[in-house]
Amino acid sequence: MITWIRRNLFRSITDSILTVVSASILGFVVLQVFQFVFITGRWEIIQVNLKILLVGRFPEDMMFLVGFSILATCFSIASLASGVSRTVETTPRLAGRLWELFQRFGLIIATSAFLIVLAGDLDAILFGAYVLLAILGGRLFGRARRNASLRKLPGWLWVTINATLPLVLIFLTMGQAALEEWGGFLINFYLAVVSIALSFPLGVLLALGRRSTLPLLRWLCTAYIELLRGAPLFVLLLLAGVALEFFIPASIAPDAIFRAVTVFTLFTAAYLAEVIRGGLQSIPKGQAEAGKALGLSTFKITFLITLPQALRNVIPAQIGQFISLFKDTTLAGVALSVFDLLNVGTAITKQDDYLGQGLIYESLAFVGLLFWVGSYVMSRESQRIEKKLGVGIR
Amino acid sequence: MSPQLSTPSKAPFFRDIRTLKWVLQLLALFAVFALLYWLYGNYQENVAKSSIQTDLRFLDNPANFTIPGNDLDQSQPVRDAFVEGFLNTLRVAFIGVVLATILGTLIGIARLSKNFMVRTLGTVYVELVRNLPLLLLLTFMNLAVVLQAFPRIENAWLPLDLFVISNRGIAIPWFIGSPAQLAIGVVSAALIAFVVARVRIRQADKSGKQDRAWLFGIISFLVLVVLIWLLFGYGWELPYVDGRGTTGGLRLDPSFFALVASLVIYTSSHIAEIVRGSILAVSKGQGEAADAIALSGSQKMRLIILPQAFRIAMPALGNQYLNLIKNSSLGATISYFELTQIAQITVGNGSPAVPAFSLTLLVYLAISLVTSLVVNFFNRRLALVER
Repeated sequence: MITWIRRNLFRSITDSILTVVSASILGFVVLQVFQFVFITGRWEIIQVNLKILLVGRFPEDMMFLVGFSILATCFSIASLASGVSRTVETTPRLAGRLWELFQRFGLIIATSAFLIVLAGDLDAILFGAYVLLAILGGRLFGRARRNASLRKLPGWLWVTINATLPLVLIFLTMGQAALEEWGGFLINFYLAVVSIALSFPLGVLLALGRRSTLPLLRWLCTAYIELLRGAPLFVLLLLAGVALEFFIPASIAPDAIFRAVTVFTLFTAAYLAEVIRGGLQSIPKGQAEAGKALGLSTFKITFLITLPQALRNVIPAQIGQFISLFKDTTLAGVALSVFDLLNVGTAITKQDDYLGQGLIYESLAFVGLLFWVGSYVMSRESQRIEKKLGVGIR
Repeated sequence: MSPQLSTPSKAPFFRDIRTLKWVLQLLALFAVFALLYWLYGNYQENVAKSSIQTDLRFLDNPANFTIPGNDLDQSQPVRDAFVEGFLNTLRVAFIGVVLATILGTLIGIARLSKNFMVRTLGTVYVELVRNLPLLLLLTFMNLAVVLQAFPRIENAWLPLDLFVISNRGIAIPWFIGSPAQLAIGVVSAALIAFVVARVRIRQADKSGKQDRAWLFGIISFLVLVVLIWLLFGYGWELPYVDGRGTTGGLRLDPSFFALVASLVIYTSSHIAEIVRGSILAVSKGQGEAADAIALSGSQKMRLIILPQAFRIAMPALGNQYLNLIKNSSLGATISYFELTQIAQITVGNGSPAVPAFSLTLLVYLAISLVTSLVVNFFNRRLALVER
């Protein structure tokens, strides 16, 4: 213990000074946060506005659809995650597995528990239980695909089922409420999920086009990718906010969500294309040549041999892209006046009951907590997958 | 009897792979043009219906708004406002890039420190900031820090009596005289300091002693600045509170401060990760060789590890600089008068939206292209020349 302290904290005089300085900074921050969270913070503004922060003014009788779409998303993510991974769990003991799960998802579980306690009603507890069930169901479905029972099911069909199930439910939900009634964290979540799902096919095509041997196709795709990557997302959103209706037939009246999804999809596709291109470049040439030797067509070589491997290799980077999209959905709130979590967060401090009381710290802390937990857990997961794939080591 | 040799007949042109390739490409090109034509047709039709301008003539109309901290007149054309916004964007981008690089490098090094406390501090900073949306940081900086935590002007903070910090902005000591004078003074001092440093390096190469080029350069720069200041009678001016505002010095807008601070905090957390990764990627033998010739810890970092790490980091750093420049468009959300905010205001004042925002996008694209050219130039200069 003493040697550890001496070696890690007080190696030399400068080292000791550094230790004292950084320890006092850390101590100050921790003390301030502790004081804010448990003593000075006035949290009833969050408790009162919890529903608006999470789902906006979504009509009460349609809430079950929101619930279903969230359950479906959890189901699909769990199913895809356990279906794609090829390694069998090596920790056989239940206690060890639980500890691993706790390390991976403890933050999400704690935050959900915190939200349930904050909501303090039976529905919230029930919903938490349903989410757990959906995740277990998804795992079973993914397992079944990996083991013998669903082997016959073609891979693309299995992926399609998993991808469409939540999307259909989300679109159904989106149609159920007027735009003004939508809001809160739900919008950030939906925007991110829908846009990433829509931009994925486009990104794959753009990546293939940029790697193509056909010059015209390559130039077109490169031009699209570079143009979109050189433009600030915020300005694109502003442009879509005032000008999208000029470019589509007058019969379609775009609302703010439609505009946001369009921009996020087109924008993310350019970045995803670059990520996927990196994956395609990492596949050794021998793979495609082996396919050729078997007499497969170029189409089959791409979609059965190189692309699946490329996509698997860049799963971490794709998750990174999803994280940044998730964070960028806040821009839609300002640029298109969508009532998203951050917008709600600043708006609730202007309610009559709370105006001018300086509650911006409380509300932004809550908003930040939700975004932070989501992004942090996802980035940890992506690091775990990266280690498992051994991309950096190979 | 010789066996019958059948020469393979040429494939018909519609099965020739070369024709097929070009047909496919032309089809793709046609599809793209059809899409663009359709969009353009819709645009023309919709614009004709609502009689909106489609060209850049709006740039000559009077701006009808003023920019705080700038003597732009209301009657001046929109063009001048755009130029001013462009300059403001460049200001934020330049200061942001410099500060974010410095802070990011320090934190990246801290994350690899042998000292447990320093390491923890770095990790906490990176993991905390990296996973928050930039807009949240910006909103927090603007609403919670600048407008709420900073004191009102009557009881402004006066650290060392050099600065005036209040919720009306931050005033810093500044040079008296025109910006051109300042630029000439600083640039000539820097040039001479650079020459001094080069001479020191050359002498050290001959004598084999330590060059201390940086030390000599910085000292001669400071001496020269003081000399120029004394000789030409320039001066510094300290800001002081004057009623409801500040006088003297340079006043930084609260929104400018909030924007730069949040951009620097956000980008530095990403740069720290890049620097950390690049330091780890420098081959271990380099550090061990530095230890073997008994360089001190800071010499090892400064002379051996960091130069090689930056060579590795350069492309990724360039991406972060581009992100920072594009993210500066968020200044519009807190009414900092940069390019995007100017575009938004003129569109609100009746300028046509599509040309105005397209112009803005083109300017950002141009800035991005120039930045990536500069980064590529340095990248080529730094890159290892291999066989």
